[in-house]
This record gives sequence, structure tokens and C-alpha cells, in this order.
Amino acid sequence: MIENNKEEKSKRMTGAKIIVETLKSLGVDTIFGIPGGVVLLLYDELMKDGKIRHILARHEQGATHMAEGYAKVTGKPGAVLVTSGPGATNTITGIADAYMDSVPLFVITGQVPTYFIGNDAFQETDSTGISRMITKYNTIVKRTEDLAYEIIKAYNISKSGRPGPTLVDIPKDVISNEIDFTLPENIKLPEKHKLDGNDRQIEVAVDLILKSERPIIYAGGGVISSGASEELEELVDITGIPVTLTLMGLGGFDGTRPEFLGMLGMHGTYTANMAINNSDLIIAVGSRFDDRVTGNVEYFAPFAKIIHIDIDPASISKNVDIDVPIVGDAKICLRKMINVLKDTPKSKIKNFRERISSWWGKIRDWQTKYPLKYKKSDSKIKPQELIEATYEITKNDKVIISTDVGQHQMWVAQYYKIREPRTFLTSGGLGTMGFGFPAIIGAKIAKPDRLGICFSGDGSFQMNMQELSVAVEEKVGVRVIIFNNGAHGMVTQWQRKFYGNRYSASLFHIQPDYKKLAEAFGAKGYVIEKPSELKEKLRKAIKEEPPDVPVIIDVKVDPEEDVYPMVPPGSPPTEMLIS
Amino acid sequence: MDTEKNKMGESETSKQENSTKENDSLMLSTPSIAPLEGLSRDMLPKRPQRKTEEKPHVLTLLVENKAGVLARISGLFAGRGYNIESLCVGETNDPKVSRMTIITRGDSRVVEQIEKQLRKIIEVIKVSNITDVPHVERELMLVKVHATKENRDEIMRLVEIFRGKIVDVTLKTLTVEITGDREKTDAFLHLINPFGIKEVVRTGIAAIRRGD
Repeated sequence: MIENNKEEKSKRMTGAKIIVETLKSLGVDTIFGIPGGVVLLLYDELMKDGKIRHILARHEQGATHMAEGYAKVTGKPGAVLVTSGPGATNTITGIADAYMDSVPLFVITGQVPTYFIGNDAFQETDSTGISRMITKYNTIVKRTEDLAYEIIKAYNISKSGRPGPTLVDIPKDVISNEIDFTLPENIKLPEKHKLDGNDRQIEVAVDLILKSERPIIYAGGGVISSGASEELEELVDITGIPVTLTLMGLGGFDGTRPEFLGMLGMHGTYTANMAINNSDLIIAVGSRFDDRVTGNVEYFAPFAKIIHIDIDPASISKNVDIDVPIVGDAKICLRKMINVLKDTPKSKIKNFRERISSWWGKIRDWQTKYPLKYKKSDSKIKPQELIEATYEITKNDKVIISTDVGQHQMWVAQYYKIREPRTFLTSGGLGTMGFGFPAIIGAKIAKPDRLGICFSGDGSFQMNMQELSVAVEEKVGVRVIIFNNGAHGMVTQWQRKFYGNRYSASLFHIQPDYKKLAEAFGAKGYVIEKPSELKEKLRKAIKEEPPDVPVIIDVKVDPEEDVYPMVPPGSPPTEMLIS
Repeated sequence: MDTEKNKMGESETSKQENSTKENDSLMLSTPSIAPLEGLSRDMLPKRPQRKTEEKPHVLTLLVENKAGVLARISGLFAGRGYNIESLCVGETNDPKVSRMTIITRGDSRVVEQIEKQLRKIIEVIKVSNITDVPHVERELMLVKVHATKENRDEIMRLVEIFRGKIVDVTLKTLTVEITGDREKTDAFLHLINPFGIKEVVRTGIAAIRRGD
């Protein structure tokens, strides 16, 4: 492990002090957490030191989602500190969420003293055992001497390669022991990934692109993690290839550009799904051919050759066989592709662009024939119209958008045009209801100058609404727009479609008064019930309330509205229900 | 068109020319700009997938010798629905490193995915699939078998044929040690079964590449 041989620099320190010093050296400026028995000394040290801002969540799950929000907008690992037992188990959902969506999350859990481990001591739980399958790396530190090394290792693993959560479990006595300590330098960490992409493969890929007739770029969260948006844009500028994004990829390519076909998949646009499935070449970048994207995989894009750029070799050829695998960082690989394209004779690229113009013609046809659509009503607010109205109000602002999970999430993905990377927070892989609200708090703490808007459902909001305390306490003036349909909307949609309208356990027979609830916490509340008052009230709530006061906007939306298009589960991806 | 796909991911350099040629022919064969449009479900073409048969694969791993590593690896198999037929672990000449031999059954697509997932584990240093390269497989098996005065000789002859050893004798039993590959240990079990097996213990297969 670490040799503390530089006697002259070493100082007598407790484990707690070592942890704080190490975290500071890593650049950790904010920690989300809740104290408890075994981590009190560490909390004491945090307060004495005073350099790291601690955000006191009201539930550990909230702390993890806040840290995810922080991580998603900054690209830095989000740090979480909790106590043993329930403190640790409450972080599990957030850790699993970060694992599925490749979010760098760094969790420290306290543990009972080493001499109590295995005795079923008070608030003892096997935190490393429980979190093992949902972390990239986790460990229990049994000696104070190993603390700095393990913290640095876990922190760095969380942000390297395909990012993800890591967890370090630290027993109480390891925190309180005193040793002579020097901050270790030059720690060698295991290299697990390859960044640069095989040059030959990249040439093959470019060659394929220039020969294709119906190409499409299908990009995912990897574009955002690697910061490859500029490269993606440049590639499209050169080639004019249409782009579709996954839910996690939204923001990776400017949603207002004409080359953008919208999200694809189960609730993707008609055009995106038709285009990818009729294509002869798919350029997949940082996306993983998830079942929500491919639909029935047997019928997925039957004519397409596939180029797949991904930093995680295990994502390549997992669900769909890949013709040209390129293992590497999306930013580096796309840059190399652009360089190859720049060395290609201009005439060849011009020919290519002319060749795909008929493909574009077809795509424009689809867009005209089957745009996203819904019917407005005089009496009921349509959820889609709520998103369009919010977009109109905020389109010139620097925003961060978060969503919860369900119908509203899909509508936001369809209707709110995300323009920049790291401004859209959503729980894609795990689909964690209750993610959106704490995530926007964490994001706004990292980026206080941005307008933070959380789209949530009445079901989702109730899963983590206790964090309203944090928003008020920390003066985080987020705007929460609740799609209030009195139900678990997506569940009712499926019950309408596949379960003969039997609403088993999906309707709320009582609802809190969200306006009063907001006021009870010291926040502001709005209720919007009529389409006629929608725009004005919404504008007022978002724009005219003080920027340091959270605002909860309870919007009664049409509970019968369904998300379309929809590829029913198990169907070929071109069989979409349009309405 | 792709009965013989190249190995994906790690070994990405091979067979490129092949796939480039395939591409040319593929692109010419679908002149329509929207080939799926207007097709009913039963007319929809399927995406060609490579099919390979299921067989046992021999994976050999170098891993860090510390707590939780075995749990992470076995958890990966359990959590992703892969199957472990045999597992054998032991320290190497470097006490910080353990060698693991895992026999798993699956088609090459599944096994390829297993290998990639194993490589992602931080504590896993190296993964090799030695199924199709010359290698030696051995496991040690201890069998306690019912033995009477009448049949003890016969059992001992069997043990001799299998180059096994008698490691323990009682009035009613014999304990036999057999070393060999799965085929040999299975064959011995088959032959010894009629005498009445009391207990079988196997170490799991350890495998090593032949040659330098």
C-alpha cells in the first residue's frame, strides 16, 4: 500500500482528518450526506476544516440523486457521505441508478468498528456486500494507513473510462485512529480502458460512411460523458448525416438543428425509428442498443451495417452484432474520424452529400406526414402543451432540465428541445422515480447561475419531496413543474393499452395540496388548472418569483393523455402506435 | 452474410477486408430508399445474427488476491444469468495474485460477453479463453465408496487402471483419489457407481496452456 516514508512532511492525524485532506486534494468541494453514529468524528472534522460544503439531505437516497445531479452537470464525481446501516442501505437506489446511467458517484459509508464487524452490531450492515454488483469498485478500508490510497483509487475509478459509482466503507475505529500521515503522491491506478480507438478501424468506418446511401448517427450518453458534442456537430457539418439521440444522449447534439430527428426508441419519433430501421449504415456513438431503443431486436435495422464507438468493450456486440467495433473515447475517436474526412478529397464528400439527399427527402417526408402531435382542448391542459409552453418561456435562458420517470419524462424528451450537453438530467437505465427533484437541487448547487427546472409527476414527486427542505434551506430556487394527473400515468397508460382499462393500484384517491405543501416548507406554490391561464401563470412562476426560492407548480393535466408514438414491447421497431 | 463474424471488441483488427467487401454487395442489394415501408409484420426481414452452438468454455483469470473478489466474479455470473460449471481458485507464486479457472457453458456470443464483463472488474488482471488452444485440464477427485471383503479387490483394480490412489481404508469403505480431466473423473465415477458411492469431492478443474 502506501509508504509514509517522508518523515519530514508527515503529521500525526486521525483517519477523519486524512479523509478530509484527501478529499480536498482530489478537488471535492461539495458533499451530499447525512451524519450518524459512526461518522460523527468525520463530520466534526469537516466542520472544523470548513473548506468542503456539506449539503444536509433529508434522506440518503436524496443525497445520492443530488450528487448525481451535481456529477451530471459538472462531469466531476458527485460525493456522498452517510452513516452505516440504514444510511448505507438508503443510498442503494441512487448507486444503482448511477451504475445504469454511467454517472460518476463516489460514496463513503461509515461502518461499525472493525472489532464489531460480523457481530450484528447496532446499525451494522454489509455495505460492500450489498453494493458490490452495482458499483464499478468498492472496498472496506480496515487500516487507517490505507485510507488515502483507497479514497483516491475509488474516486478516480468512478470518473475514468465508462464512469460509474464507487463506494468506500470505513469503520469507526479506522476513522478515529491516529497515524503519521503524508498525502501520497503518484498513486498508480489500474488502467482498465483504452481511449484512442484503432486507426485502421476508423479508416474502415469513414470508408463505409462515404459509401453508404442511408446513413444515420445514433448517439447516446457516451457523447456527453466524453464531452464529444463539438466533434459530433463537426462530423454532421461535414457529412450532413441525420442524427438521432437516445434519452441519455439528449443535449449531446443541439435539439434545434435540422439534422436532429428526435429521440428514438419505444417513445421516439416516427421519423427517428423509421430512419434507423431503414438505414443501411448506423454510426452508433456512446450508446448501448438498449431494449427500449431496439424494440424487438430480431427486426432491428435489418439492412444496416453498424459502426459502434464505445469506451466499454462489453457494450459492443452485447445486444446487436457490430460490424465495425471501435473501442475508445467518443471525443477522441470522432476527432480522428473528422481528421480522416478532412484528408478525403472534397469531391468524394460532395458526392456523398448528393447521394444522401434522396434519403433526406424521405426523412423530410416522414417528418411532414407523422410529426409529434396531440389534440389541444379548451377544458383540459395537455401535458405536451405544458412542456411546449415551458420551452417557449425558457428557450432563451441558460437552463438545466431534470425529469422524473414516466409519461412526463417521455414527453419532455420529445417536446423540450435540449440544446447543450450536461443540461438534461434524467434517470434512463434504472428508471428511478424520485430522481428528478433531488437531482435538480444538486445540479443547481453546482451551477447556481442556471435556471433549474424539474419536470415531475405527482407520483414521482411524492417519492422524494422531503428534499424540499434542502432546496429552501440552501436557497436553491429550482422550479418544479408537477404533471398532476392523479395517477401513476405510465402505469395507467399500459393498463389502458394492455390490461383492459383496469386501473389496479395506479390511481391516487387523495392528493396533497401541493401549493400548501410548498408553503409549509417555506417555498412558493402555484396551481394551474385551466389551459387559458397556463402560459401566464407558468411564466410568472418561473420568471417572476425570486431566484433563491423554490417554486412548486402544480399543473392539473389531462389524465387520459397517452404518450405516442409507442412501439409496443416485443414489436418490430417500425410498428408504432401513432395515436 | 455473417455466418463467420469476426470477434468483436478487443481483437478488432482482424478480418477488416472481409467486412468491407460484404458491405459493397449489401449496399447495392437494397436500392429502395425506405425498404421497410409498407411491409406487413410477416414480410419484415430479420436482422442477421451470428449463431453459434453452446459448448463448455475454459476461462483462466488472474485476479487480485483479496476479499470480495470471488464474490464479485461469482456475483457477475449469477446476476447476468451465466452459468458456472466448475470453479477453481488458488494463490499463484505471487501471493498478491490468484489464478482462477472457470468452466462455463454458452454460445460464443454469451461467453464473449462474459469475458468482457470480467475484464471490466477492477480486481481482474487478466482473462484468457483457452478453450480452443492446446491446454491441460486437471481436477482432483476424492471418492468414498462402499467396499466389502468381496469387492475390495475389484475396486482396487479399477483404481489402478485409472492411476488413482487409495488414500484411506476402513472395514466398510475405501477412499480413492483420482486426478485427471473431466472425462476421466466422470468415467471413473460411472464405473464405481454400482459399488455404492458414499461421498464425492471434486476440486474443480484447473487448466493451463501447453507450451511456452
